[in-house]
Amino acid sequence: MYAQLVKSEGVKSRDEMSPEEIAFQERIDRGEKIEPKEWMPEGYRKTLIRQIGQHAHSEIVGQLPEGNWITRAPTLERKAILLAKVQDEAGHGLYLYSAAETLGVSRDELLERLHSGKMKYSSIFNYPTLTWADIGAVGWLVDGAAIMNQVPLQRTSYGPYSRAMIRICKEESFHQRQGYDIMMKMCAGTPEQKAMAQDALNRFWYPALMMFGPSDKDSVHSAQSMAWKIKMNTNDELRQKFVDQTVPQAEYLGLTIPDENLKWNEEKGGYDFSEPDWSEFFAVIAGNGPCNAERLGARVKAWEDGAWFREGLMAHAEKARSRRIAAE
Amino acid sequence: MPSLPDVMTPEIEKLAAAQAGQGASAPQDQTRDALFEWLLRTGDNALILGHRVSEWCGHAPALEEDIALANQALDLIGQCQLWLGLAGEVEGRGRSADNLAYLRDAGAFRNLLLVERPNGDFGHTLMRQFLFDAFHIELLDAAAASPDARIAEIAAKAKKEVAYHLERSADLVIRLGDGTAESHDRMQKALDALWSYTGEMFHDDAHDRALAEAGVIALPSSLRAAWDRTVGQVMAEATLRLPGDVWQHGLTGAGGGKRGVHSEHLGYILAEMQFLQRAYPGATW
Repeated sequence: MYAQLVKSEGVKSRDEMSPEEIAFQERIDRGEKIEPKEWMPEGYRKTLIRQIGQHAHSEIVGQLPEGNWITRAPTLERKAILLAKVQDEAGHGLYLYSAAETLGVSRDELLERLHSGKMKYSSIFNYPTLTWADIGAVGWLVDGAAIMNQVPLQRTSYGPYSRAMIRICKEESFHQRQGYDIMMKMCAGTPEQKAMAQDALNRFWYPALMMFGPSDKDSVHSAQSMAWKIKMNTNDELRQKFVDQTVPQAEYLGLTIPDENLKWNEEKGGYDFSEPDWSEFFAVIAGNGPCNAERLGARVKAWEDGAWFREGLMAHAEKARSRRIAAE
Repeated sequence: MPSLPDVMTPEIEKLAAAQAGQGASAPQDQTRDALFEWLLRTGDNALILGHRVSEWCGHAPALEEDIALANQALDLIGQCQLWLGLAGEVEGRGRSADNLAYLRDAGAFRNLLLVERPNGDFGHTLMRQFLFDAFHIELLDAAAASPDARIAEIAAKAKKEVAYHLERSADLVIRLGDGTAESHDRMQKALDALWSYTGEMFHDDAHDRALAEAGVIALPSSLRAAWDRTVGQVMAEATLRLPGDVWQHGLTGAGGGKRGVHSEHLGYILAEMQFLQRAYPGATW
């Protein structure tokens, strides 16, 4: 769920649709998958490119806050697990860029849009990982929130996206468990470790809630995406589900959710909870989060510093091709 | 005032041995000490190179490289767990792989100077990897034939991974050496800068000789010819010039990673790697 505030169009009524659009909508309504070479409305294609691209960017930027602790992981086993996890994230980026490419946009174009600031990645990765417990909290809360959104997306209407999501969900589930495992160890550890775990929860709780995007009443772009089955649930539905799932997990750890208004609501069968500070969310999206400059800066630097490497490989491939032709 | 030690005495080696928890030993313990030493050297190479490679995470020049480097670091950390785990067993003082990785100071580390060299540009990182991989595969190949089943087993597993590391690093060195003028130039600079750290890999010392005499492990110098062949072939295809007979670090005097006398870089690697274990002694994670 690394797509927030994906710009889309207002939903079209049946009267406004062309015969092709009606046929397309009916296929989606029947639960058919749309495949790359088939006809699709331009808006469907564009919205998907934005959403899948944003998700892919989030995976690769997401390597950075966790990568921040690989060299400091406290045991060899934790180091190996974290390496495997961050490697998975890069792999998810790869599947998703490939899925986006089937819609007629290259990976390089998408990266150019990321680097120039035209495309975004999830706000969550603009928060710092300050202690080892943050690595636990990221797995538990951030991957936990991601799963909430990604599990339904396995049924999304676009074939390549749906198949990418099926693979990704298997791995995310392992990621969340490893995060929770770190939290369990810390909560059963020394008082300092437990304090570290509580502090991580305090800092990541609201940013995790923000991952689902603004409240439904302020979310203007959802209707068309939901009709197209690009978005499967509303932001508030998923956020509620996440809170309901996470509160008992925090209780089991002996940690306190940093929300005085958190209370079980028998009538709705879920928790009442405080909204995050949306002004902070919009500030982070606009580039003013604690780590925006570092995160994007690191990605741009990696890309620019690596130009000679990519050019060298291309030049060699060209030379090898010429030699093959000359030999034939 | 107590007298100062004789400045002409290479006390540093004794100091390094003392830090590693070794004093003078009876002859029957010599093979065990030498084996412990060899296991530390092999495990520390994997640990420190794995650390260096993992520093690239999220910063590589292409997504495929991020994935490949993370995978390689993961292999190396896995190998380090096995080698250091066995080192702890052989030593018999109850130290685990984690204890050895996280609670020794720099002087007790036995990795080659080559693997602690800073990453530099991506060309440096690849060249360091290739020069080491070409050695590592020979070392593991020989170790897989050790009569000590514990060693042979770990080496056989690691060899499969390292064969892939070598295939990848050799391929990239060739492609970049024979790529653009800039990529060629960067690869040549990397080779020139790292060449003087390759001699240490093949340097035999008393521990190596003790193990070779006991028939447990081949002498490092015996791995040289195969390494020369691999490196010669790859550099020729990469259109890179071998630096030839230049000064080699770690062979003379008291220096050398195998003897626990490192560059300044290792201290920083350990400061980072060991931070949590040092700041919260005894905590479990």
